[in-house]
Amino acid sequence: MPERAHYWEIPHVWFGVEIEPFVIVYTIMFASALIMLYRFYRVASVWWKVGRAERRWDKLHIRLWNFIKYGIVQTKVLKDRIPGTMHVIIAWAYFIFFLGTALATIDDHWFKFLEGNVLVAYKFILDIFTIIFFVGAGMAIYRRYFQKPKRLTLDPGFTRTLVMITVIVIGGLLTESFRLAVDQPAMAWSSPAGWVVAQLWIAMGASDTTLINWHLGVWLFHLVTVAGTIISLPVGTLLHGLTGPLNMFFSKLDRPFGELAPIALTADGGQIYTSKLSDLSWKQLLDGDACTECGRCQDACPAFAAGTPLNPKELILGIRDALRSDAAAIIAAAVMGGNGDAPALVGEKIEEEVLWSCTTCGACVGVCPVLIEHVDTIVDMRRHLVIEGAVDAELQTALSNLGRYGNSFGKSDRMRTRWAKGVEPKIKDAGREEVEYLWFVGDYASYSPTLSDITLKTAAVFQKTELDFGILYKGENHSGNDVRRVGEEGLFEMLMEKNLKALSRSKFGAIVTTDPHTYNTLKHEYPSNGNGEWKVLHYSELLDQMIASGQLKFSKKLGYKVTYHDPCYLGRYNGIYDAPRRVIEATGCEIVEMPRNRDQGFCCGAGGGRIWMEEGEIEQRPSESRINEAVSLDGVDTFIVACPKDVTMYADAVKTTGQEDQIVVKDLIELVHEAL
Amino acid sequence: MNNDIYVVIEHVREQVADISYIMLAAAHDLAQETGGEVVGVLLGNDAQALADNMVADKVLYGDDPALAEFSSDAYTKALAGLISENEPRAVFFGSTTIGTDVAGVLSARLDFPMVSSCLKIADGKVVSQICGGKIMAESELADMTTIITVIPGGYKPEEGQGGSPEVTPVSVNVADLKVTLREYIEPEVADVDITTENVLIAIGRGIQTEDNIELAEELAELMDGAVCASRPVVDQGWLPTPRMVGKSGQLVKPKLYLALGISGAPEHVEGMADAENIIAVNIDPGAPIFDIAKYGAEVDLFDLIDCLLEALEDA
Amino acid sequence: MTHIMVPVKLVPDLVEELEIAESGTALDMAWLRLIINEFDDHAIEQAILLKERSGGEVTVIAPDQEGMDDVLFTAAAKGADRIIKLIGDFEEGTNNHALARAFANAAKEVGPDLILTGVQGNDDLDGSVGPYLAEYLGMAYVGYVAGLSLEGDKAIVQKEYPGGLIAEMEVTLPAVLGIQAAEEPPRYVAVSKVRQMMKEASIDEADAGDLDTSGGLEINSMYLPEAAERAEMLEGDEEEIATKLVEIFKEIGVM
Repeated sequence: MPERAHYWEIPHVWFGVEIEPFVIVYTIMFASALIMLYRFYRVASVWWKVGRAERRWDKLHIRLWNFIKYGIVQTKVLKDRIPGTMHVIIAWAYFIFFLGTALATIDDHWFKFLEGNVLVAYKFILDIFTIIFFVGAGMAIYRRYFQKPKRLTLDPGFTRTLVMITVIVIGGLLTESFRLAVDQPAMAWSSPAGWVVAQLWIAMGASDTTLINWHLGVWLFHLVTVAGTIISLPVGTLLHGLTGPLNMFFSKLDRPFGELAPIALTADGGQIYTSKLSDLSWKQLLDGDACTECGRCQDACPAFAAGTPLNPKELILGIRDALRSDAAAIIAAAVMGGNGDAPALVGEKIEEEVLWSCTTCGACVGVCPVLIEHVDTIVDMRRHLVIEGAVDAELQTALSNLGRYGNSFGKSDRMRTRWAKGVEPKIKDAGREEVEYLWFVGDYASYSPTLSDITLKTAAVFQKTELDFGILYKGENHSGNDVRRVGEEGLFEMLMEKNLKALSRSKFGAIVTTDPHTYNTLKHEYPSNGNGEWKVLHYSELLDQMIASGQLKFSKKLGYKVTYHDPCYLGRYNGIYDAPRRVIEATGCEIVEMPRNRDQGFCCGAGGGRIWMEEGEIEQRPSESRINEAVSLDGVDTFIVACPKDVTMYADAVKTTGQEDQIVVKDLIELVHEAL
Repeated sequence: MNNDIYVVIEHVREQVADISYIMLAAAHDLAQETGGEVVGVLLGNDAQALADNMVADKVLYGDDPALAEFSSDAYTKALAGLISENEPRAVFFGSTTIGTDVAGVLSARLDFPMVSSCLKIADGKVVSQICGGKIMAESELADMTTIITVIPGGYKPEEGQGGSPEVTPVSVNVADLKVTLREYIEPEVADVDITTENVLIAIGRGIQTEDNIELAEELAELMDGAVCASRPVVDQGWLPTPRMVGKSGQLVKPKLYLALGISGAPEHVEGMADAENIIAVNIDPGAPIFDIAKYGAEVDLFDLIDCLLEALEDA
Repeated sequence: MTHIMVPVKLVPDLVEELEIAESGTALDMAWLRLIINEFDDHAIEQAILLKERSGGEVTVIAPDQEGMDDVLFTAAAKGADRIIKLIGDFEEGTNNHALARAFANAAKEVGPDLILTGVQGNDDLDGSVGPYLAEYLGMAYVGYVAGLSLEGDKAIVQKEYPGGLIAEMEVTLPAVLGIQAAEEPPRYVAVSKVRQMMKEASIDEADAGDLDTSGGLEINSMYLPEAAERAEMLEGDEEEIATKLVEIFKEIGVM
């Protein structure tokens, strides 16, 4: 029965001294591993030496599961199909090669099992993965040197890595082929790749001695390249192989995506505003080192697409590069007992404009294969800018208005329900009588003159379906979702306190709102009122439920061919994709999806407080890009949204792109109202 | 105390300001009630000629080199003596960058009562307009010399023009000045002279963002006019200072003044009240601009601009 | 070192609908929202800018009215060194003569080299605070100031005239300047910074004594402008209004 030949034809005597080959191999590998670990420690220790503490050790089982799901199986990597497949092929080939080497070691020293059919399978699998690897490497070469997508970093470091990993595999393949050419065993077919290459040597008629010499040379070269790669792991682009899985393991678990962390506190209770590296947590610094520079966030980012200065990839790499250049000085200063002169990060290495460009749509976080948390870090830095008063004039006006009047429009709180003036019967005041549903109307729906028609239709639908509902009237304030994302945490708290006061005075079964932003913060960021969480529904969910229960019936089939835009804070943030679609279909409309739909939905550009800020220099508004996307769909003439801000944003975009005769923007409720 | 009404004439760089004529017209109304004379008070240096073309019974003229240019201290000193000696029934000052520097100080120095922002005189009562034009307040003259500051809008400057009043020189004492003019800083050179335009598209706070100014520009281009603005827009740096209409800005009298998203605070109205046709667009029905406009529309100005652009292109 | 005092007051918020009190001679305070006089806000900003530029001390002083604590703490958060509240009977409103007398008394204790205050307030009926304050303290007054610098015992101020003309004036200190606009728009202060000030800073109190309102006129009646003076309102939706406007344009001969 054939056995695995260990160290085939490798000399046992080197320079006159008898040394077992495995001693050479293990010594070199052990030394390389030590050097690698030491170097990795130098990289990693900076995270906690510079960064502040943050607890990311809880729920170990979930963390382990994330590690397996995202790090080993690489589900998120695979979301971008072709590059994802390329990566998984290469990564998995190496997993298998590593496993194969480990098994050979066990077989050699502890437990002999690589014989007979097991050996055949072993050889075969390793060889197949060799072939698969070359497919992956070929894809990588094509992608990096021919296709050259814009999002890739075309840095020589990546070329070095690609050369190294390919050379290693070629080295393995050649050593095998030399052995097969000399031995020509009966089971050579089980190493198809090696056997094919071996045919070359056989055809050349090289003597056994020559082949054995070549084998020794290549074997030594293989050993050296593997060792070299291991040693360079923590300083090259392969670092992500270590930091990526770590980042997945330590990803955010303590709160939903839609809930921002409060401002971090120092040991003595002071608030930490992020202006320099040492204000970031170790995990935020790890984000920088975990970045694979794949650029998916860049592709997904509406701010980048619009031509603003924000590139989420560059932002994260900016943190990484700042860490590389400044960490030593910061650590040295800390040892001296102070960090007074720590180099600034915000405003110096990360421009204010970059931070203000973010719409907090979360697309970057959604696509990041290593689970980097861009938005949280951006908001942390914005908090610093706000506390310094570094806000643009328009944003300042909006924030001042919110502080004074509870709405960004700068209108009297008494005007909040002006839209409801002619509504009969009068809408109940939830502060005075108990209602089943408390309708949290929101600023835009309440104050924007262009939206009052839609707000009235919402009321009409609620009334016609005999929904027991009420509103807070003057008691309602802006929910604060976007105030918080602007970085004005104190104002957010103030608005929340006011709303909580009004809510606690009211009796209701559940809250319903048409605004996904309001929905998000009420659902995730407002504390429960002592007797369980508020039940918060988006109107699309409520309508969906009412259709299912028969409370909402339609008398017409509208028959429009429409497309639907997923609002970021409804879709990506809260996973509500189907309810609005079911409502649209129930009105008898056919939905044609845009290429960027559901979790790939493209932001309108208004979120995160962008709607209050100066637009700045841009190439194309995200909303215009989105409208163009919709217009290019065959036969679609209606653009359905489920967010008041979207109505404003897209109605504008239709006008500015001059496509009024191509497409019309409608709120979901308009379809429902029409089909009643 | 006599029954005369004094009007302190304002002038900058040899130009009598319109407010002076407006005050003369108001003083005329009040003098009819009190039975006294309208007396212009002109301070300057070799400026006697400015006293011509005024609806006044006479003009008191105080001359001193220190009065060549306005100085609050010099004016206060010159007028304090004159007013306390003659004790007229009332003294009018412009509610302007010049008049308000002097009126209040005199009220405190001479212990004479004061009422500000007088829009007009009705039945011998002083009608003031406050709170951005949203509130009117009526008061009667006190039993002693009353100091009144006047805002434009109640009278047309022409009503205070005409005639050649007799000029009486008076002596003034203006030594030891704490406030002196160093120099004038000329306004930025205007790219467009909005004072000569026939059509002005005026924008205010309601324009919301800098980008929206483009819409107003488009409108102006179609109507062969220019864009001007109220103070908030200029303070934001969205339009240059020469485009500002109002108290510290330009005085304009176009054929058409289309006010978009302008509330109509007195400081702005001052600069455009004499436009031939004022049309106001504002979403707030309570905006005071509707009180002086000929036509008004209570709609969202962006929606309207869109429709208007279309309608103009069709026309 | 220059010591700058900034007297500030609250004025009716014009965003709200204003109502007349039953007496018919004053605004109905119950319906009023009071906010800081925006010109006073500019005066605070200008004082802080001067301090940041050339050192000195800033004292902000205000009558005790509902909501004033927030204004004072906000000023402290911007950089005011001292905040003072005048204790007196201010709740029902008073006039600027009385306010100026109270400020003048307090100024004698504060001892400022320069007083910056808003050039006017939207509810001024008896002139503005600045000129009275100047006179009661025997200082010079210049209003409509939009920018200034200090040179020895003089302030060099930019005073605004109509038409964009600016008069640069020399004012001997101490003086009162009525601020029209600060060199920079008033800065934003984050809410948490104000809240922090509420914990850290304290408001000094000064007795305003009896308020002497002499110098103001008695108001006979107060009312909203009559509807008869209003514009002819164009009815219809935006499109209809646009069409009507074009007709009007033609009528008045601008097309």
